[in-house]
Amino acid sequence: MTPEELDQIAETEREAQSKFTQRVNVCVAAGCLSCQSQSVKDALDQEVTRRGTKDHCQVKGVGCMGLCSEGPLVSTNTGVLYKKVEATDGGAILDSLDGAPVSRLVCPTDVPFFQRQKKIVLENSGIIDPDRVEDYVAANGYTALIKALTEMTSREVTEQITRSGLRGRGGAGYPTGLKWSTVSKSVGTQKYVICNADEGDPGAFMDRSVLESDPHRVLEGMLIAAYAVGASEGYIYVRAEYPLAIKRLRTAIRQAEHIGLLGSNICGTRFSFRVDLRLGAGAFVCGEETALIASVEGKRGTPRPRPPYPAMEGLFGAPTLINNVETFANIAPIIRNGGEWYAGIGTEKSKGTKVFALAGRVENTGLVEVPMGISLREMVFDIGGGIPDGRKFKAVQTGGPSGGCLPSDCLDMPVDYESLARAGSIMGSGGMIVMDESSCMVDVAKYFMDFCMTESCGKCIPCRVGTYQMHRILTAIGNMTATPQDMKMLEELCDLLKHTSLCGLGQSAPNPVVSTLRSFAEEYRAHIEDHKCPAGVCGAQPAEERETA
Amino acid sequence: MPSYVAKPTPPNQDKRWKLVDATIRRQGQQQRGLIETLHTVQEAFGYLDAQALRYVAMSLRVPLSRAYGVATFYHFFTLKPAGEHTCVICMGTACYIKGSQQLLDAVQRDLGIVPGETTADKKVSLLTARCLGSCGLAPAVVYDQEVAGKVGTPAIREHLKKWTHA
Amino acid sequence: MRPVAPVKTLRIDGRDLSGRQEETILDVARQNGIFIPRLCEMDGLTDVGACRLCLVEIKGQNKLLPACVTSVEEGMEVTTDSERLQGYRKMILELLLTERNHVCSVCVSNGHCELQMLAQRLGITHVHFPYRFPKEEVDASHDRFVIDHNRCILCTRCVRVCDEIEGAHTWDIMGRGIDAKVITDLNEPWGTSETCTSCGKCVHVCPTGALFEKGRSVAEMLKRRQFLPYLTMMREENE
Repeated sequence: MTPEELDQIAETEREAQSKFTQRVNVCVAAGCLSCQSQSVKDALDQEVTRRGTKDHCQVKGVGCMGLCSEGPLVSTNTGVLYKKVEATDGGAILDSLDGAPVSRLVCPTDVPFFQRQKKIVLENSGIIDPDRVEDYVAANGYTALIKALTEMTSREVTEQITRSGLRGRGGAGYPTGLKWSTVSKSVGTQKYVICNADEGDPGAFMDRSVLESDPHRVLEGMLIAAYAVGASEGYIYVRAEYPLAIKRLRTAIRQAEHIGLLGSNICGTRFSFRVDLRLGAGAFVCGEETALIASVEGKRGTPRPRPPYPAMEGLFGAPTLINNVETFANIAPIIRNGGEWYAGIGTEKSKGTKVFALAGRVENTGLVEVPMGISLREMVFDIGGGIPDGRKFKAVQTGGPSGGCLPSDCLDMPVDYESLARAGSIMGSGGMIVMDESSCMVDVAKYFMDFCMTESCGKCIPCRVGTYQMHRILTAIGNMTATPQDMKMLEELCDLLKHTSLCGLGQSAPNPVVSTLRSFAEEYRAHIEDHKCPAGVCGAQPAEERETA
Repeated sequence: MPSYVAKPTPPNQDKRWKLVDATIRRQGQQQRGLIETLHTVQEAFGYLDAQALRYVAMSLRVPLSRAYGVATFYHFFTLKPAGEHTCVICMGTACYIKGSQQLLDAVQRDLGIVPGETTADKKVSLLTARCLGSCGLAPAVVYDQEVAGKVGTPAIREHLKKWTHA
Repeated sequence: MRPVAPVKTLRIDGRDLSGRQEETILDVARQNGIFIPRLCEMDGLTDVGACRLCLVEIKGQNKLLPACVTSVEEGMEVTTDSERLQGYRKMILELLLTERNHVCSVCVSNGHCELQMLAQRLGITHVHFPYRFPKEEVDASHDRFVIDHNRCILCTRCVRVCDEIEGAHTWDIMGRGIDAKVITDLNEPWGTSETCTSCGKCVHVCPTGALFEKGRSVAEMLKRRQFLPYLTMMREENE
């Protein structure tokens, strides 16, 4: 593959696409697929065939359009977005391409949910066909890789990433450029690049969506990273629970190999890179770098003490770069537009955009990409559309089991790494769960502790036994049988786990408890002293009375 | 140092071992291929029994206890055969906030089993997931590979009734 | 002949000491008679840093670091026994005591048990977390040895000695978290194990009465460990 050949692919594809005067895009990412979007697409295909308009009307399966709660979503070249489309609506939508939109299905796009977003990672999501590399190439795909390989030294690539201010999107926010330069300076004939796609945070689906909607974007990011750090082999560690993402990644890898963008002497340079998939098997702790490495090596996913850091001694003992899906998805645009461009977006210390999975008790649930520094209030009330059923906002949870619950007085806080940490939570991978007054904060803390307890690998004592004891205490509080002595023990255990656990899972396991104790101490007190759950969730009420709406 | 343990032959004539052998070959008969091979076994046979674990361990030169340790560390792997139908309730945060615990309570009461178990008539296996990534559609349930969103208690009961009375 | 490793000088608990570059804080402390508690570490086996009892404070470092895997560095200032560390160590030991069923009065290792000795040394008079009282099995299927899971603390010394020294890898850990358990082969009775060589190394490295020889009664199980440094040294010489 030469740059000219890539241009040729893009040109051919654009020409082919320009023949279509009518275009209908149907979301075939997992969210809409679970609302039968495949049958919508099939119906549209059949209808187009029946009408004999195949040569100028294109029906395309595309990735996530974001507003998952209104799926299946369909968009047209006339700029209309349709929601909750059913297979029987196919004819009406095709008719509308020459006339007025189908008003009963129209999903307004002039609302904050769409207007406030800034798409970098998701720029191709919902637009290109994730199963066709030509479509990606036509959308300037792989031009960043070509630019890096033919115009830049590996050091210059790392410099651009450093200049961009990009920080790891997996949770901890470690500066990506710094990580790359450490790995590139590590001595070793064999180096590895690993993409962490084991999205384990129970409430986050950004990575899945990126993989399902734009898999080549992730491959391109990995390729550029491999060139920058001098790696020749890579692995994508992806959850086995994401079959569609796995299928699309496999297709993408095969296509990239076929056109010579993966393999030996890429673009006629001395750079060679191969990628293989490794399937995760349901262990949250494998988000921890050293545990992930053990798992890729085919072992139990238990972490080991650091140092040595994976950048020095990682997979099979070799220097290893690990970034997550969203981090890699940011790389190509940074190389294309320059680090300065990226650094112009966001806040002083948190650059660029962040993708959030907005869910819970909020009107608009789905995937949004916003510039860093947007306020929580804008996230929940503008983009999210506020709380349904006239209920009152109570808290927003970020960072999953390692994060915390932020109460209403944090609403005007900007969403960036430092502010969230100051408020007792973390950015995490981007799960954002909104809770209203029907959620009990003790119950939420217990939920996360149950998660940490079952996900603890059991290697170190504080996490293995500590999460068990904390869960026991939180259960007792929920059952109204806890004593003030239990509360003291709970606080002691929070301190112990934070400071003595072996890995990040144990060290951050107390966060949901600490943050709810800080902002909702009154609720804990009510359970213990008054034997009451203010939200009416805990206690011995029969489950029938709490049926889901 | 040469090894005198020959590669074992598959436990029986079942054709599905060919798939397993293909993965073992692709992994170069190395220890690092253990998890990938277990995935193949589970996909082919539905679960991992002692016979399969022994075969995989011997083929990849992995100690037996390590193979068992890996198979039980990862919750995606199961050592018991599943029922005719599988119902997976997502217990991710978004689903929990929207009432998946109530769904689970109802199903447990109706079927008389806890997650990870199969009904005595081998009709239904109940499982929970840590997040299906369908948070926008919470609460989500997977009926035999089909994801359903915004599931209420009456709906899940109705669905399970179809399975148990079939 | 081995090349001479550079020497590092450091300060542990106010004492000026020195160690070779590849040595850990625990190595140097031990050579100089400074006591740092530990349960998973054992001289001659790979260190895993799992029990967290050997955590120490290092000046200028926010995090507590495990002495067993932290290499000495020039100018390092280490505190091994602050009030804060003592508090954490007591809590970790207490958690361990609540996890399974440790009843010294009926234990074969009473008086020779590392867990018991540490608890005494750290002044644990009562356990303020509630006990779990799990039902754990006792496997006496082996001709000469018994494993009593009630007394296992999951330090993985048996797993490591069997893998690294004996080379059999009969033991490993199954499950995870609070449900983790040591197993032989495919979680089969020890006595039926095809890989166990009955060498008994696991029994002798076990810090508690979880692994013991048949026929021992209360307080009779003395463990011999002198073989381990010897075997390790001989292996290193042969490499």
